[in-house]
Amino acid sequence: MNRGFTFMNRNELVYLAILAAFILVVLPLGLDIFRLNLFGKYLTYAFVAMGLVLCWGMGGILSLGQGVFFGLGGYCMAMFLKLEASTPEATKIQSTPGIPDFMDWNQLTALPWFWEPFHSLPFTLLAIIGVPVILAFIIGVAMFKRRVGGVYFAIITQAIAAILTILIIGRQGYTGGVNGITDLRTLLGWDIRTDEAKYILYFVNAFLLIGALLLAQFIRRCKLGGLLVAMRDQEDRVRFSGYDVANLKIFVFCLAAALSGIGGAMFTLQVGFMSPSFVGIVPSIEMVIFCAVGGRLSLFGAVYGSLLVNWAKTSFSEVFPELWLFAMGGLFIAVVLAFPAGLAGLYKTHLEPRITALLARRGSTSPPDTASMPAGTATKPAE
Amino acid sequence: MSNNTDFLLSIENLTVSFDGFKAVNEVSAYIDKNEIRVIIGPNGAGKTTVLDLICGKTKATSGSIKFKGRELTNMKEHEIVLAGVGRKFQNPSIYEDLTVFENLEISFPRGRTVVGAIAFRRDAEVIDRIKEIAEMIFLEDHLDLKAAYLSHGQKQWLEIGMLLIQDPELLMLDEPVAGMSVSERKKTAELLHRIIKDRSVLVIEHDMKFVEDIAHRVTVLHQGKVLSEGSMERVKNDPKVVEVYLGH
Repeated sequence: MNRGFTFMNRNELVYLAILAAFILVVLPLGLDIFRLNLFGKYLTYAFVAMGLVLCWGMGGILSLGQGVFFGLGGYCMAMFLKLEASTPEATKIQSTPGIPDFMDWNQLTALPWFWEPFHSLPFTLLAIIGVPVILAFIIGVAMFKRRVGGVYFAIITQAIAAILTILIIGRQGYTGGVNGITDLRTLLGWDIRTDEAKYILYFVNAFLLIGALLLAQFIRRCKLGGLLVAMRDQEDRVRFSGYDVANLKIFVFCLAAALSGIGGAMFTLQVGFMSPSFVGIVPSIEMVIFCAVGGRLSLFGAVYGSLLVNWAKTSFSEVFPELWLFAMGGLFIAVVLAFPAGLAGLYKTHLEPRITALLARRGSTSPPDTASMPAGTATKPAE
Repeated sequence: MSNNTDFLLSIENLTVSFDGFKAVNEVSAYIDKNEIRVIIGPNGAGKTTVLDLICGKTKATSGSIKFKGRELTNMKEHEIVLAGVGRKFQNPSIYEDLTVFENLEISFPRGRTVVGAIAFRRDAEVIDRIKEIAEMIFLEDHLDLKAAYLSHGQKQWLEIGMLLIQDPELLMLDEPVAGMSVSERKKTAELLHRIIKDRSVLVIEHDMKFVEDIAHRVTVLHQGKVLSEGSMERVKNDPKVVEVYLGH
């Protein structure tokens, strides 16, 4: 009986090793750079899905607006890259050189004030986490302190996703509008569009993802993780045990937002643009589906869920573009009805017992005939 | 009654109305240190509402609740807990997905902020205290069991244990033996006798034998008002009480 905090048990270490081998070795060796870049894009969604595991799976707070935080992180990155691409020399044909092209098209003659700080990379890196966290904090304080939860909270997050999309599209001169911020070229002079850069960005993303997974695992394992589960099941009991439940919720919501922001920034870097189509209601719900398919209680499941659903989406929409949305809807219904614990649940109930049995058989040093004997008799010492 | 601070808990003219219906109407009660007070009364008398008001779950319309001289009516739930009031709900509310050990650990009075919960370490003090409490609530052999697998009575004990680990000065129990088997009832009475030392306890209970067994004083509520108060002997023979409650 182990009474200490175990950061990862033996099984989880194995899962981590398998995941690391898969995304760091198997995928880069097995795929061409075009496909690998696609998988890198899928993995950016895994950040969001892991945030949802903490926030929704464990804490019971369903957010249908994670695209907002993903988008904010992505836009912060895109703003920096766009400013770097908009040097006066590169934009000298514009009526106002030195500002991003879409601003010039919209008759803006000066850089808006909130764009100014994005000339600085340190500020941008801070903003990628800071902007989503600050927004999540404001939403969290406004909602959780007033005890808004459950379906109402989900609806409000969805409304926020809609509002942000409308805002981005409507303020075209400041945001790039429906096209988003495109034509991103270099990061501190380093061209991000080359194959080599794509490889490097893929690995940066993969290592960040593993780092995020370890952080999330730490939260899961410490007392806060237990509290989140407790809060999901018996909110009043937690409150009447002396905890300010709203603060716990705000924290986990902000943490999920921070993870989403990082994912968004890596998305921008790897895909080369950011647009409102990754912010709104539909992408936000898709992110919940990634998490649900993977298994909303499993961090590893979140990664595989994001990979699987996105890979299916790409392959399926290449062949039957018009059918994809139906397939996605069907998948979500299937997850809810047939396997609510997702891929992780299927693994736990079907695959793991067999693997354990297989390993036990392989691992035993006894002669083959004892292995086939019923349990109990096999352990008797032979005399 | 001139000086409220003599009492651990003084409730004065407490009223709460829901859409004009006064669930608790001008209730006053005073509870001494180390007193065991039982509240009895027919269904809908406002017993649970009184506990809800004390622990902050329901906000009072008017009146005051003072605990050790501090006004509770404008404090938040978790602040009331930190002040030393523990409350057990009628239906066992425990964390079914966590083990018995984890249930008790979450209730351990340390690391109750976000940062505190992240920095919390399961040290010897925590483990010893959890084992001590687990023994008290007859669950020492089930520490690693998921709470969902406990029997109804065991769940009730676990929730009592979760309160005990916080060592509250005032313990409020809402029907602690409801739904228990005879043997579980006996064990619970034994448990309560042990835990009421050095603290005040406010109990709601219907089981008259149980009430007689533990109560120092009894308050009878009826339609939101105090109908009678005093020793069990006195209350039992109060004709008003017999008429509305015990006579049934």
